[in-house]
Amino acid sequence: MKLYRIAAIIQRHLYLYRRSVPRLAEIFFWPILDVIVWGFVTIYLIGAQPNLPRFVAFFLGALILWDILYRSQQGISISFLEEIWSKNLINLFVSPMRPSEFILALMVMSIAKLLVAGLASSFLAWLFYSFNLFTLGFSLIPFVVNLMVMGWSIGIITTGALLLYGQEAEMWAWGLAFFVQPFSAVFYPISVLPSWIQPIALMVPASHIFEGMRVVIEKGTLPIDHLMMAGVFNMIYLALALLFFYRSLRVAKERGLLLHRGTE
Amino acid sequence: MSIAILEIKDLTKEFKGVVAVDRVSFTMKSGEILGLLGPNGAGKTTLIQMILGLVTPTSGEIKVLGHDFNRCREHILSCVNFSSTYVSLPTSLTVYENLAIFAKLYNVLNPKKKISDLLESFEIGHLIHVLTRNLSSGQLTRLSLAKALLNDPQILFLDEPTASLDPDIADKTRRLLKDIRDRYGLALLYTSHNMKEMQEISDRIIFLYQGRILAAGSPSEILSIFDGESLEDVFLKVVRGKHTAGNPL
Repeated sequence: MKLYRIAAIIQRHLYLYRRSVPRLAEIFFWPILDVIVWGFVTIYLIGAQPNLPRFVAFFLGALILWDILYRSQQGISISFLEEIWSKNLINLFVSPMRPSEFILALMVMSIAKLLVAGLASSFLAWLFYSFNLFTLGFSLIPFVVNLMVMGWSIGIITTGALLLYGQEAEMWAWGLAFFVQPFSAVFYPISVLPSWIQPIALMVPASHIFEGMRVVIEKGTLPIDHLMMAGVFNMIYLALALLFFYRSLRVAKERGLLLHRGTE
Repeated sequence: MSIAILEIKDLTKEFKGVVAVDRVSFTMKSGEILGLLGPNGAGKTTLIQMILGLVTPTSGEIKVLGHDFNRCREHILSCVNFSSTYVSLPTSLTVYENLAIFAKLYNVLNPKKKISDLLESFEIGHLIHVLTRNLSSGQLTRLSLAKALLNDPQILFLDEPTASLDPDIADKTRRLLKDIRDRYGLALLYTSHNMKEMQEISDRIIFLYQGRILAAGSPSEILSIFDGESLEDVFLKVVRGKHTAGNPL
């Protein structure tokens, strides 16, 4: 693995964002819009039901953390789509760059994107609703890392699908994370789910993180068991996602799909 | 004496039972311009893609610069490059930014000077800070060629480098390709549908038809094999099934 090749891919995306106001705005737009809209919704609900004193914290915390997962997924899949859209994929694949270097560079890009978007959302939540995400303390670090890794797994799976199905699979890049959201206990505890769905939710790393977040807000203690479960499942899913990506790449080369993906 | 820098042996590719490339064997020497000629679906692009590792062969051997591709992918790809009309560089980046990224990918020493020299030699130095989307077709072709020469490749693969260019720019590009070969001493393997172009710049031509090598030799040898007046004449004879060259080689 060569650092200069990873740096080259990162540089390519930094140039892209520097040159494109719409792309740059997109990093901030949805997180900020979410915080504003759902922030007001929570304030309205609290007015109607004052017995929910931690509702703002639960809801806005969940919203900001969910956005971390979504941004890290997009950091991989949309960055890959950028190469397809610009018909640059073949140029990259005929260079000495390894696929692992490409993925690693996109992971770094996703960290940068989620940091920027996460900080912007957190600042707005504090400014408008007096919600300070950083009251989660050091537990925030393992929460963010786990959500980021889960986002990467979804992003890598999407990238594999894009290799196999091309832009037909573009919807995966925008929607796959939302397919997982109902099972991720983002805005509600696992216990409200139907009993037959709960075992599925327990296998989703994000559900442990969001359950953990609620424990921290409510009791102030770090739920190690939830973190451990999230970490274990994340490692399994990341390994499976990478396997799927490499398998997709192998199949794409066998079927001659790379040229189609690079020129479609 | 020139040595073989590309050795292809019995290379075959099947897509779901359809044979796209059928036991193709040839070698290429350093400094040679080798043209792959053939109608659509003859296997030209698939052949180049297999050599570059974009398509996995069903069977056969590929040796580039004496190395087996599967074992020395990174080394081989750092010593060759590719340009195609159908592949672009990101249009929202400037000419310099695009080349700087690929210079870094290929670990080019002193990239600023290399980029500047290449752009000057292609007479597009004044476009260095222009957005790629604002370039004309001819300028894009030159930029793509500049990218393909960043790493001083020993073999340059070109897929229809003059397609979609007007006759004037196509003629300039042909001269440029010959000039590149003479100046850099590299080997060029390229595909084209332009018979005149093939005849004009190729040292040797491989005529592919239905995935197999129908004939190989210098342009004049190809003409004599098929008893044609021009490569276009030969091409039409082959495509329309009127050739008398006997069994494919």
